[in-house]
Amino acid sequence: MAGEELVLVGGVELEIARRGSGKPLLLLPGEDMLEADSAFVAGLAKTFEVIVASPPGFGRSARPEWLTQPADHAYLLLSLLKKLNLARVPAIGCSFGGWIAAEMAVIDNDAFSRLALIGPYGVKLGGPTESDFADIYQLGPTKSAALKFRAPETMKRDFTKLGDDELGRIARNLESFARFGWEPYLHNPKLKHLLYRVTAPTLIIWGEKDGIAGTDYARGFAKLIAGARVATVADAAHYPHIEQPDTVLRQITEFLGDAK
Amino acid sequence: MRAWHFTEMPYPHYPQDEPATRINLPNKFFDPQTGADLYNRYLDEHMIADELGLDLMLNEHHQTPSCMDTCAPLTAAILARQTKNARICLLGNPIGHRNDPIRVAEEMAMVDCISRGRLECGFVRGVPYEVYAANTNPTYTGEKLWDGIDLVIKAWRKVDAPFNYEGRFWHRRSINVWPRPFQAPHPQIWVTGSSDFETPRRCAERGWVFANFLLPHDKVRPLFDTYRKHFVEHGMPGGGGLAYMPLVYVADSDSEADKGAEELRWYLTAPKAEPHFRNPPGYMPVIANVKAMRATQGPNERAARTASLDWLRDQGILISGTPDNVVKQIKRFYDLVGGFDHLLMMDHAGFMGHERTVKGMTLFAREVYPQIKDLPRTTPLKVASAAAE
Repeated sequence: MAGEELVLVGGVELEIARRGSGKPLLLLPGEDMLEADSAFVAGLAKTFEVIVASPPGFGRSARPEWLTQPADHAYLLLSLLKKLNLARVPAIGCSFGGWIAAEMAVIDNDAFSRLALIGPYGVKLGGPTESDFADIYQLGPTKSAALKFRAPETMKRDFTKLGDDELGRIARNLESFARFGWEPYLHNPKLKHLLYRVTAPTLIIWGEKDGIAGTDYARGFAKLIAGARVATVADAAHYPHIEQPDTVLRQITEFLGDAK
Repeated sequence: MRAWHFTEMPYPHYPQDEPATRINLPNKFFDPQTGADLYNRYLDEHMIADELGLDLMLNEHHQTPSCMDTCAPLTAAILARQTKNARICLLGNPIGHRNDPIRVAEEMAMVDCISRGRLECGFVRGVPYEVYAANTNPTYTGEKLWDGIDLVIKAWRKVDAPFNYEGRFWHRRSINVWPRPFQAPHPQIWVTGSSDFETPRRCAERGWVFANFLLPHDKVRPLFDTYRKHFVEHGMPGGGGLAYMPLVYVADSDSEADKGAEELRWYLTAPKAEPHFRNPPGYMPVIANVKAMRATQGPNERAARTASLDWLRDQGILISGTPDNVVKQIKRFYDLVGGFDHLLMMDHAGFMGHERTVKGMTLFAREVYPQIKDLPRTTPLKVASAAAE
């Protein structure tokens, strides 16, 4: 992502990028790191100073060996907020970033004034033979992309046109996602028992065409947080903010506007 | 040079037009009666190989009809008791996937004792698709291999008092392996590698055998050179050596040899894995994945799948023909890679029947083996050049 800076937190270099100006808003991107230069963030940047923070292991953020689960990311990112003098900020977490944001809110329920989670992973609601999430590792990238995106062909990147650095980051993002999400698969077994600690008003946004997990999962997740609401997005899959930015911007603006 | 009989113990009787066989081929295609016959036949052939003076190599794979030997330590235990002279090389224990190095240390010590010291103890990281069967996080497979071997060796060597281990992947208290291995301080360690130069370096430094399988000679040479270089630089720690596995078939005539070779080639063409099973995220380093994303990787595999027998023979991936011709091919390969110590022969694969299998290995043992047995052990590079001066 362009215009990034590196911030040292707990001995770990974290990449952040700032977009726009206004009241600060934390955005934790998804595992595919599609947000920083998206229409969605550009839209947010009209009213907020959006601080896009790459989770450890993603983008240019370092990945220390001790870091094994998103709860570990949460501690570092909470320290990042402290370092940036951000208290009770509104936050948006997307997909894997949504899982991290939920872990952060569990640890420190004063961190966020409002919390919008877009397609978050993180909890397991079904039994041992009921997968909450489609198994992207079993399915492979092509079939997974068809579940993740309403129109996967439009999201395809031409790898022959990207430089080594950018390709290396894409490969490392995939590697890091496997490190943190392989087992337990895309969830922290303890998180569902701890989400009661989240007191910030929470909105869960879910694409109606999401093939990774459905709206039942979204509603089950919401039930774990007192007062949390679910907003669905038509004609969008796992990244509704990328596929239907205007709709999601409206939902988010309305939700964050309530805070004023 | 030592020669080793090897088969993956295939179960080839499934629809050969299945698009993918590794990991997901339903096990309804396995007929237990046929499987029982095959297991017993394969074990018999290991015993024949023993009587012929060959050594025995075993490996394991999971969730695939290309390999019924899913628990190589069990096979090793049977052979430890049922064979007389052969060394038994388990290549290897997928220690990261097993997830219990102490149990592996116990199993191997037991096999070593029952066989009265005939075990060669290999360890492997496991081919990429094994992470799906074992559900090992692919980003940890390399580190788990090395940590696991270190723990096994520590458990074997520390004979005076139990010890606790609190490592990155495993925690155990009061480690005290009974029995300890028959060989002191422990059996020769073997490790496999196919592209990473770190593996031959580490093997050389520790005096372990470095092995690789079915690679073209120009890919083998730099790996073996790396091994020899570090073997010398680390003061020649003793033991060790280099091993290579080609497909091997020997017959009285070229046409018979080609028939055998064609049957062995099943191993290169029949077991199929979906592309993503061959490259789980984090298994290959980022730099290799950057190349793969640009689709410049993997020509060898594609080539081997579709190649002619002549091409495979030229590369050294296949060694087949009449006995004298096979001796020539082995010696050529030996020279091309700078020498090696162990010829791991995949001399059975696919649908090859009992008779053809035994015929090939018998002819090898009687007519080829005596001509290559005395090939000098690999000499470290610096020693070789010093001798030449």
